[in-house]
Amino acid sequence: MTALVTIRDVDKGYVRGKQRVEVLTGINLEVEAGEFLAIMGPSGSGKTTLLNLIGGLDKCDRGAVMVAGERLDKLSSGKLAKWRARHVGFVFQFYNLLPVLSAERNVEVPLLLTKLSGRQRKRNVRAALELVGLGERAKHKPGELSGGQQQRVGIARALVSDPTLLICDEPTGDLDRESSESVLELLELLNRDHGKTIIMVTHDPRAAEHASRLLYVDKGVLSAEPLDSAA
Amino acid sequence: MTLFGQVGAVTAMNLRTIPQRLASSCVVVVGIAGVVAVLVSVLGITTSLEETLVSTGRSDRAIVLRGGANAEVSSGLSVDETLAIIDAPGIARTADGDAAATVDMVTGVDLEKPDGAAAAISLRGMSAQALSVRSEIELVAGRLYEPGLRELIVGASVQDEFAAVAIGDSVALRESEWTIVGVFTSGDALESGFLTDVDTLLSTYQRTGGSSVTVLLESEDAFDEFRDALTSNPLLSVDVLREVEYYRRQSEGVGDILDVVTTFIAGIMAVGALFAALNTMYAAVSSRAVEIATLRAIGFGPSGVVASVLVEALLLSVAGALLGAAIAWALFSGTTINMGSVVSSIVFRLEVSGGLVAQGIAWACAVGLLGGLLPAVRAARLPVATAIRGL
Repeated sequence: MTALVTIRDVDKGYVRGKQRVEVLTGINLEVEAGEFLAIMGPSGSGKTTLLNLIGGLDKCDRGAVMVAGERLDKLSSGKLAKWRARHVGFVFQFYNLLPVLSAERNVEVPLLLTKLSGRQRKRNVRAALELVGLGERAKHKPGELSGGQQQRVGIARALVSDPTLLICDEPTGDLDRESSESVLELLELLNRDHGKTIIMVTHDPRAAEHASRLLYVDKGVLSAEPLDSAA
Repeated sequence: MTLFGQVGAVTAMNLRTIPQRLASSCVVVVGIAGVVAVLVSVLGITTSLEETLVSTGRSDRAIVLRGGANAEVSSGLSVDETLAIIDAPGIARTADGDAAATVDMVTGVDLEKPDGAAAAISLRGMSAQALSVRSEIELVAGRLYEPGLRELIVGASVQDEFAAVAIGDSVALRESEWTIVGVFTSGDALESGFLTDVDTLLSTYQRTGGSSVTVLLESEDAFDEFRDALTSNPLLSVDVLREVEYYRRQSEGVGDILDVVTTFIAGIMAVGALFAALNTMYAAVSSRAVEIATLRAIGFGPSGVVASVLVEALLLSVAGALLGAAIAWALFSGTTINMGSVVSSIVFRLEVSGGLVAQGIAWACAVGLLGGLLPAVRAARLPVATAIRGL
């Protein structure tokens, strides 16, 4: 298998006030196409920062981040935006749907960046909503849907442009257990039956069980085992 | 998708959220409407006044004033000077063979407006040949004044603005009563005053010479001959102007003052509207930070986001401009305005034209662009990774 994501010796920190805080140190990672990788770690450990680097939402201070054949740390902000549109689908903890738009219009948003005709966009939107089991709720606005349903719309939006990689940041963090399970089964199905590469950050060990590989981030260091057990 | 398409898509989404931000959006619209209403109204006064004054003159008529006098009210000519002027070459002749020239005296009459305020209206005494010189004067009611009697005729515009100026009404002048015997139109600034016989007026004021002499030239080309004859006469110290030039200069002074006042008032209001637009667009960007960051994460570029915020600010501004222009049009277009000094005033009709509305929209767009620019840049610079989590 080919590595879809390759991260080499990456450091990332932030300046807060007069202090510099190192968030990630010496990160090395490879994710192969078709993998379902879960990353766990306590709050503030740097797992979302790692996810942002892979998704092209942020840039590393040192090292190299290569995803889908592109050095993300070398791209300008405008080129990075185009790259994201082509290669990444994001699923957020709080869904991040546009409240004034219906489910189908929310799902259509990424397709506005493509050259698809209106009819083609509608067909793709319908297919994505059917895939997540919300074909009947296409006209509903986010406020008229449950949390689980909103997250399914979020997943449909992430899928609709057929991206290379799905990035999921705590996708079940705002859901009850039943809805969480349903969303995770959907992600598992997308990985297993549709070959989608998924990288998911989660706090929840039950969520992580759905992934094919599990890594831990703690105190800015990536490892195969939690720091506590390693000690 | 092109940048244009991205801007359209994001702007459409932004506009859909306006009902949720109705109050702050209305502040921008109303603020800019106020600026444009004032701007269009005052500009309307300026342009309507200028048009009225400029339409008063004719290029085949010349006016002679005392040397150095800026206007008729500050001019005075002796009888000898007047006779020398009328005798100059280049003046057309009346049917009776007289020089088509009128010696005018201009003074003011105090009238009371319907609201009780006093205003000075011009009273022009004219020679018997005046109607040959000013053929645009048309008697529309009553009769012409009789020389030697204290009679006058009133301009139709004065009747629009003042009470008690009907035929048969009296006007107080120098402790005497003058009777209105007719109504005239002329379609220019003369219509904003009274006309009477110049000799009767001069005797009332115990003067011998008039303020100015206006002549009808044989042709437009005869002006140089007429002017040169007067300016080369060592016994005369006079200024000779084509009538159109004289009224253009009169309008310039008033127009310049009004332009300064307009720019000053509209400028102050525009600064207020600018801050309202800034505040509203900052609030709009702030309240939609997560949405903007989400769009950026999905792949919308920073330039598309900047343009969409600017387009929204512009649309709000244009809406405000149209509202302001509509207010100005509804309140003031067609209104008769009396503007004048102690000595004389002019009555004219304010018109809100398409050109003025276009000027108002241009001001509004400038306010909208400036007000939207900084929030737009802020929206584009939002750190996506943190903004997307609502942090």
